[in-house]
Parts: sequence; structure tokens; C-alpha cells
Amino acid sequence: MSHMRRNAEGGALDYFRLMGFGPDGWGRDMLAATGMTVAVSVVGFAIGIVLGCLGAAAKLSRFRALRAAAECYTTVFRGVPDLLVIYLFYFGSSSVITAVAAMFGASGFVGAPTFLTGALAIGVVSGAYQAEVFVGAVQGLARGEVEAARACGMPPLLLFRRIVLPQAIRFAIPGLGNVWQLVLKESALISVIGLIELMRQAQIGAGSTRQPFSFFITAAALYLLVTFVSGIGFRALEERSMRGIRRASG
Amino acid sequence: MIDLPFFVDSLTTLARGIPLTLQLTAMSVLLGAVAALGLALMRVSGFAPLDLAARFYIVAFRGTPLLVQIYLIYFGLGQFPELRQSFLWPFLREAYWCAVLALALNTAAYGAEIIRGGLIGVPAGQIEAARAFGMSRFLAFRRIILPQAIRLMLPAYGNEAILMVKATALASTITLMEVTGIAAKLISQTYRPIEVFACAGVIYLAINFIVARAFLALQRATAWDRKPPALRNVESTRHA
Repeated sequence: MSHMRRNAEGGALDYFRLMGFGPDGWGRDMLAATGMTVAVSVVGFAIGIVLGCLGAAAKLSRFRALRAAAECYTTVFRGVPDLLVIYLFYFGSSSVITAVAAMFGASGFVGAPTFLTGALAIGVVSGAYQAEVFVGAVQGLARGEVEAARACGMPPLLLFRRIVLPQAIRFAIPGLGNVWQLVLKESALISVIGLIELMRQAQIGAGSTRQPFSFFITAAALYLLVTFVSGIGFRALEERSMRGIRRASG
Repeated sequence: MIDLPFFVDSLTTLARGIPLTLQLTAMSVLLGAVAALGLALMRVSGFAPLDLAARFYIVAFRGTPLLVQIYLIYFGLGQFPELRQSFLWPFLREAYWCAVLALALNTAAYGAEIIRGGLIGVPAGQIEAARAFGMSRFLAFRRIILPQAIRLMLPAYGNEAILMVKATALASTITLMEVTGIAAKLISQTYRPIEVFACAGVIYLAINFIVARAFLALQRATAWDRKPPALRNVESTRHA
């Protein structure tokens, strides 16, 4: 990557050459980094769904210990800054890896893989939010339907699969859309541990061209594009899940 | 197993960051609320250009990460020599003011929708009655709309304030040593991330608890004519 250092003064034309796809343009790097942002967000969100389901199941369980543990999980990870959680996961797993490496004779600090630790960190945080979303969705179910299913003699698992799950997913979609937007924006924080996603790529470009505003405004526009497109996706999903449901107001 | 002296040490070190965390939160929530009120009024003005401008602002600030906004202001603005020579530069050069500005601009976008929700939540009949009574638009706004709107939006605004407490952590990325900044330094010095995280977590949860209590007290104080509203478990995800 040999990019020309440019003068700080530059018009719109210079900007387009800077962010273009020419030999000294950063367009390709920025787009690739956007892909990385989406990838790490998707993995984090997926981890969050798993943790959120477990959290919600624990919150709705009969056992007090499980309920307390889930309450603790959601309170802590929704109450503590995400940046701190990312530091915890990065340095936490790095110190484990360093210790293991030391056993094999290596010396010095060994960093943890940034994609994995980053995705894990935002997964754990988003799981805390998603647990709340799922609890709300299950509680949104009409009590009578569950009772009717039970009266029909449905075993619990079948009841869950046929009655609870299809409706809960429908109720959860708007909340999940919000969490997804949150995850997408949170993923920018993974730049602090060195993963080259959109934010980190913008920093690299800003550093080597001395045009920070151009790079960060481009990053902002790309984030906006991703949130906008995925917003449309979630709205379409919501609409699709509401097919055949009568609503009081449009 | 548990190294108590280390916990005490970490807590006292981290506690030195609390004033800065609180200061950043208070400054940005207050400044942000003023801007949010302006944006909300633009949204409900019924004048299309103002409404559109406010909408654009809100979408832009809610659709991008706070970190980008902070970097744009702290690193990005220096790209313009005109700005570097202007009277604003002594402020914009300081990481502290950049952080306050970015946090305030960010929370204004979220706050505007909360305030708008409060404003349109006031029953139209009451406003009509006030106007029929001969109140001017401004008087009706001050006496009828605003007091009720404040009551309606306080629970959501409390959540926003707690989100801002957490958001101040990002100030550490531009050299400010608030609680998270100190925690990051402590972790890299001691290699004991779990203990430091626990201590910082306790501090943040305590601050959040106090902020939540403060907003509950505000809700009670503004329940001028009715019983205090029931404590609702309002979702703290940011609503689109």
C-alpha cells in the first residue's frame, strides 16, 4: 500500500480521487473494511442470539438461582461501558494465551486473535440486551393460548415449538432490529484492539494521508449506509412476520 | 484466592476518574438536552424545511457510531486550516471540549425523539382548550404542554442519561483519563483484567444506580397533581 501523502487543502475532486478506486485511492480498502465491520457484527450478533436465548430461558425459569444469575448477567453487561468489556475480553484472553505460550517457552506478550475476541465481546454485550428482548416477546404471548394448548394435551416441548416460538419470534423482531443497530455501532469499538474494520481502516488512512476529516466522514457515511440498508431489511422482515395479523392501527 | 488489597488499590485508583466521568456526563446531558429541545421543536414545527433538517440530523447521529463522531471532531476538524486559525480552536484543540461536544451532539439526536414523544403525547383537546381560553401559543406551551411533556418523557430520558454515563467511556480513546481510561491503563500495567473490570464495573453500576434514583426523584417531584407513576421497566435499548 503506497499512498501519496497529500496536501491538507483539497477540493471535492481531490476527495474523490482519495476515496476512489485508482492506484492511490483508498476506496477498495474502505469497502473491504466495511465488509469486515459487517462480518464481525454478524458473528457478534449471532453469539448474542445464543446468549440471549439462554439468558431469557434462565430469566423465565422456575429456579431462583438461574433467575438471579441471568439478572446479574443482564444488569452488569447492560450497565458497564462496552469499551470496558472489550478490554476485558482482549486482555483476559491474551493473558491466558500468553501464559500458555510461556509454558512452551515463548516470552513476552501474545495478543489474542482480535476478530474472535471482538466478536465475543460484542456478543456478550448484545446477548444481555437480547435476553431482555426475548423475555418481553415471550411475555407478550396471550396467556389463554398457552392454557388452551395445555388443555389440548400438548407436551411442553411441542407447546414451545408450535405456540410460543412462532409468536415470540414475531414479537422479538423490532427489538432485535434495535439491538442489531446497536451491535453495528458497537463494532467500531473493536478498532481499539487493532482489528482492521471500518474505524481502524479510517484511522490508518487518516494517519498516512493527514486527511482525518475525509476518512472519518467517509467511515460515517458507510456506517450510515449499512444501518440504513439493514433497517430496510428488518422492516421488511417485520412486515413479513405480521402477514395475516389484524392490527388496530395501521 | 481473592486478593483483597489489590481490589482496594484498584478501586482507589479508579475512583480518581469518577469526577471526570460525572462531569462529562452532566455537561453532555445538559447541553444535549437544550439542543434536543430545539430539534424536537423543529420536528413538531410543521414547517417542512425545519422538520427535514432535524430529521436529517437525527438520522445521521443515530446511524453512526459515537466513536466516529468523536474522532471527526477531535482529529477531523484539524484538517481545515481556516478552523485552526479561528477563535474556536482553543476549545476544539482540547480533548475535553471535543468529548463534551461529541457526546452532547450525539445525545441531542436521541433526546430529540424522546422530547418529541413527550410533546405529542399531550392531548390535543387540552391545547385547544388553552387556546380557546385565550392563552397565547407561548403561554399554552409554557403552562399546558411543557409541564406535561416533561412528565411524559422523564422515564425515557433517565435511560438516555444512563446510556450517556456509559458513553463517556469513549472519551478515553482521545486521552481523557476517566474511569475506563484509568482501567485500561491499570489492566495493561498489571495484566489482571478480571479484577480491574470488576472494580470499574462496580463503579459504573453504582453511578447508574444513582442516576436512575435521581431521575425517579425527578419524576416524583414533577408529579404535580397525581400520584407518582409506577416504576416501569423501560427497555434500555435505543429505539429506532
